[in-house]
Amino acid sequence: MSNAVSALQGASYVGGIAEIRELGLRGMITLRGDLADKKLIKAVKGIAGTMPDARRIAMNDKAGAAWMSSDELLLMVDHADAPSTIEALNSALKGTHFLAANVSDARAVFEVSGPSAREVMAKLAPVDFAPDAFTQGMFRRSRLAQVPAALWMSREDAFTVVCFRSVGEYMFDLLSVAAQGGSEVGAY
Amino acid sequence: MSTRLKSGGRFTSGGAQLSFDFNGKKLKGVAGDTLASALLANDQMMVGRSFKYHRPRGIVASGGEEPNALFNMGYTNTFEPNQRATTTELFEGLIAGSQNHWPSLEFDIGVLNTYVSRLLPAGFYYKTFIHPRSFWKHIYEPIIRQSAGLGKAPRAEDRDPDTYEHFYFFADVMVIGGGVAGLQAAKAAALTGVKVLLVEQTAHWGGRAPVDGGEVNGTPVEAYCEGLVAELQAMDNVTMRTRLMGAGVYDHGYTLGYERLNDHQPDASGPRHRLWRIRAAQIITATGAIERPLSFAGNDIPGVMLASAVRDYAVNYGVSVADRTVVVTNNDDAYRTAITLKNLGLDVPCIIDARAGGAGALADEAKALGIRIENGKAIAKVKGGKRVTGVILCAQAGEGAELEEIACDAVAMSGGWSPVVHLWSHCGGKLVWDDAQSHFRPDSERPPSGANGEGFVSVVGSANGHMQMAELVGDAHGAGLAAGKAAGGTAVKTKAPEGAYSSENAVEPVWLMPQGAGYKLRSKAWLDYQNDVKVSDVQLAAQEGFESVEHAKRYTTLGMATDQGKLSNINGLAILSDALGQPIPQTGTTTFRPPYTPISMGAIGGEARGKVFQPLRKTPLYGWSDKNGADWEPVGAWRRPFAYLQPGESVHDAVNREVKNTREALGLLDASTLGKLIVKGPDAGKFLDMLYTNMMSTLKPGKCRYGLMCSENGFLIDDGVVARLDEDTFLCHTTTGGAETIHGHMEEWLQTEWWDWNVYVANVTEQFAQIAVVGPNARKVLEKLGGMDLSKDALAFMEWADGTIGGFDARVFRISFSGELSYEIAVPASQGLAFWEALMAAGAEFGAMPYGTETLHILRAEKGFIMIGDETDGTVIPQDLNLHWALSKKKEDYLGKRAHQRSHMADPDRWKLVGLKTLDKSVLPDGAYAVEPGVNANGQRNMFGRVTSTYYSSNLERGIAMGLVKNGPDRMGEVIDFPKVDGTIIKAKIVDPVIYDKDGAKQNV
Amino acid sequence: MLILDCPCCGVSGEETEFHAGGEAHLKRHSVGSTDDQFEEYLFMRENPRGVHFERWRHNNGCGKWFHAARCTQTLEVFGTYSAQTYEPPKEIKDAISAKRPGWSWRNFS
Repeated sequence: MSNAVSALQGASYVGGIAEIRELGLRGMITLRGDLADKKLIKAVKGIAGTMPDARRIAMNDKAGAAWMSSDELLLMVDHADAPSTIEALNSALKGTHFLAANVSDARAVFEVSGPSAREVMAKLAPVDFAPDAFTQGMFRRSRLAQVPAALWMSREDAFTVVCFRSVGEYMFDLLSVAAQGGSEVGAY
Repeated sequence: MSTRLKSGGRFTSGGAQLSFDFNGKKLKGVAGDTLASALLANDQMMVGRSFKYHRPRGIVASGGEEPNALFNMGYTNTFEPNQRATTTELFEGLIAGSQNHWPSLEFDIGVLNTYVSRLLPAGFYYKTFIHPRSFWKHIYEPIIRQSAGLGKAPRAEDRDPDTYEHFYFFADVMVIGGGVAGLQAAKAAALTGVKVLLVEQTAHWGGRAPVDGGEVNGTPVEAYCEGLVAELQAMDNVTMRTRLMGAGVYDHGYTLGYERLNDHQPDASGPRHRLWRIRAAQIITATGAIERPLSFAGNDIPGVMLASAVRDYAVNYGVSVADRTVVVTNNDDAYRTAITLKNLGLDVPCIIDARAGGAGALADEAKALGIRIENGKAIAKVKGGKRVTGVILCAQAGEGAELEEIACDAVAMSGGWSPVVHLWSHCGGKLVWDDAQSHFRPDSERPPSGANGEGFVSVVGSANGHMQMAELVGDAHGAGLAAGKAAGGTAVKTKAPEGAYSSENAVEPVWLMPQGAGYKLRSKAWLDYQNDVKVSDVQLAAQEGFESVEHAKRYTTLGMATDQGKLSNINGLAILSDALGQPIPQTGTTTFRPPYTPISMGAIGGEARGKVFQPLRKTPLYGWSDKNGADWEPVGAWRRPFAYLQPGESVHDAVNREVKNTREALGLLDASTLGKLIVKGPDAGKFLDMLYTNMMSTLKPGKCRYGLMCSENGFLIDDGVVARLDEDTFLCHTTTGGAETIHGHMEEWLQTEWWDWNVYVANVTEQFAQIAVVGPNARKVLEKLGGMDLSKDALAFMEWADGTIGGFDARVFRISFSGELSYEIAVPASQGLAFWEALMAAGAEFGAMPYGTETLHILRAEKGFIMIGDETDGTVIPQDLNLHWALSKKKEDYLGKRAHQRSHMADPDRWKLVGLKTLDKSVLPDGAYAVEPGVNANGQRNMFGRVTSTYYSSNLERGIAMGLVKNGPDRMGEVIDFPKVDGTIIKAKIVDPVIYDKDGAKQNV
Repeated sequence: MLILDCPCCGVSGEETEFHAGGEAHLKRHSVGSTDDQFEEYLFMRENPRGVHFERWRHNNGCGKWFHAARCTQTLEVFGTYSAQTYEPPKEIKDAISAKRPGWSWRNFS
């Protein structure tokens, strides 16, 4: 619907050592099930093109699938396509034990971009963001400061961060503080 | 007098002139100075007053071990106490002030303590202030508080304008300390190909070696270090940081690094401090050694300094501490100070060497320069008050009989060197006593062990007891290679560097000077300058039975505060051991705890201040509510409107209005925070039957049922409405605070107990904005928006339906927590604001007003509905709340069922839920206790109940309350007493908790 | 601060990503159990100096529960393994035996 709004309505922070931007609404589906099940794999491939390996994310131009845990994927589609994608899953997986839930609006999505993006991330998450340690295609669930988050590199020098919608403002402020001017670390 | 030399100064040579302010005086320094070197260059020998006796104190050291030169720095919002001058780099406009004196540094009242010092020995406070007990609160405590502490606390109203941050970093090998040993080890580790992090706490690489001299591979050590730095900087796998102190080493290779980015450039942008949270597979500490003072009478008079510090100030900063410096020592190293000073054209009247045999080659060098050397001699006492004027020479072997007075302006003392073992010890590394060098050093056989049970810390350089360049560089090289290999590097063959050997005579332990010093001298021989602990204090502690080193430390305060065993430790242990007649290793050391030197609170807090101090959870309607008068209430991490204030209204007025409006017209509540968990699978019904006390598997699709959850202990943990979405799928509503915990609770049982049950759970709490539409006009506004048949027959009480309302995709639950006609409507969170605004607009003609959590509470309390967290507190079971009807008798098992059979749970005398009606219509205080008449054996009133919820009801125009009362339901009509804090009593009658529309006529329309 | 390897998702993370969940391998007693059995189940816990078996949840991560065999004295981690088992698997027991010969914990050794 046209009156649908994301948590921060596309807020951005520029002028620091990295650019912070809320990416707006994105279709997201929690899919729980047997990740080795052929029907499930086929359904996921139909949506995202590829079935992601453990701790990885598979993205194409239109959609993506991220490995959340041993029995859970996060599927990403256009925001408007989430309900129909769930319907498609429900019919494709009929008869198997699974759960597909629309969580599009339960999330806030941010991008951290720029040459110091890795350092901004490393100020907040207990994860090794050195260029040889964290690479494109990896998908990591951890915490950023005091809230849980999932993150991956959408391209070189850019991270996508997903958190709960209710803490979207905290996340934006947090990333902006970590990206404040003059705070380059120069560690990588 | 102390002054700046015409030339020299490794760090200051050619530096720009800087001005700074000390105790209101404008002074000049040079770029490259520390505050300490700049003060000495201005002849500021006295820098503070001691903690207890307020004796004049001067700068003793040149590094982080400095005990005396602790200053108040900055002013107003940048004010910070207890900053060490020796580690503070000078900058233009620096403001510092000395501490612990009144009214001034030069003239101080507290110095009177020194004249009665005999009356203030170790344990004075413990002994004196214990009797009479009644004096503590109003007499002793205020006096002690007034005189306690060194620096002043910053003013409460000031806010630090600086920012701080954390940084997570991962290394294969971390090397702490950038002296020659650290540089060498880092290079060797890097050669194995692993990722190396090398940190140095000062602004300079090279450590002490450039000052002390020596050669490696035939090159002077200063140039050798420069070469290593250049090599390391060229290696891609090495990260090097100065001004970054290894503050602490913790379990599994976790290390804290304290980086001071802007302390020396306060106007620069970016954070002031950065706390590095490092994980390293292997850690090499190259933290050097700290010179020990010697214990002789008057060793605290300004001008008595560590010999190495005198040398540092001369070589690194071009500062002469005095024209005439007497050197007193028990080892050869101090001779370097004498030689350095003499070569700079300064006078060294005498080297007093406590060893009968004196020094080796360095003595010859000193003699050749014409310096007088007295072997087997000691200082009986230092002459002077606010600065040194001379020393009394005596025999070390005797009791201090005066041989001669030697005039001088400074004393450079050296009692030997103690390896900095702190970082090794933080995580459990053990020490061994090295008799030959009279110090504790790391026991490489007993290192701290990591996640795999193997040692992960090694120590190189003088921190490992290597005092000779000849053994030091080769050892550091080997340790670096070994650490690299242990961290996954490849073995490499390289030639170990060779350090030149310098011929030195062994140190001889001298714990007291002279050896037979009497009480008078011992009571002026300081062990711990910062805490004013003398040789006599430690001896007294031993005499009074404080034989454990940890007890003696606390009794005397030796090594407390910022010292943490840096300067005072070994001397104190030696005196204690001597008093106990046991060898030093048997006494052992106190525990070394992180941080190595104090780190700022700002660095510890990192980014977590101001708006990101903690995450606040906000619903999609937060912005609207904030603009429309919300008085915010924290509910867990959520912020919920307590009430919506209209212009000119008090909170109380607003609540009263909201209550009446909701009962009489139409109220809208943002209920988005309620937990929403989807539970799906063929075993979902069976699973929920185990989780809820009542039966959920029999619920029909399309219907809702209220349920209770207990822990395995039987106590109520959550409640809420469950809706069955289809045969396989349930939607469980939890309390606001329960969404994450109940989700976790479900996952825990599914993963760890019933892992063969086919159930999946998803937390969709934040997917929806949920709005309660409540009141007699609720149906009217929804019908006006249109799209769904919400008539009594189409959607009966405790049913739900999917549809559209006013064009919004909606799921409507016909449930009520207020006793009114009520619909809870969930729409996607992204449309929550638009839906709310649509409701407000459509509802205007029906009197729609938002209401907050206080009105929610009042409405539910009028109906006798319980609230998790009010009526429950982790000790309350459903039976206490008369909820027997929600305890299934048909189910064989559910969480809590077995626990309810325990004797105390089944006790008929448990406190049970009742309503409470105050006779005077006032509002009972929340948590007030009901008391029985009379007093018990202890003179106390016995309690038999307490208030759990209490409000003012504008509908009923009186206070309403619920409470738990012993045998409450059997005591209807009884009037009981609730004392208030002010001693008065409120009388309340026990009544039915449901005091509004008991038959449900209003909700079932 | 510990590092733990989550056996469910394969992440090696620091302790702040995890949540400790008390003793592992408790047997649930419920309706029909004696008071002693129920008390044992609810309240009685091992408190060893040395080898211990614990439950952990990767709460800031994959969300899964798992078990860890750990030394309470040295904090050495002998291994982590699935929570969906009634006793430590053989490889975990072997790993402990290699480091702590003769160990025992409740009925396991």
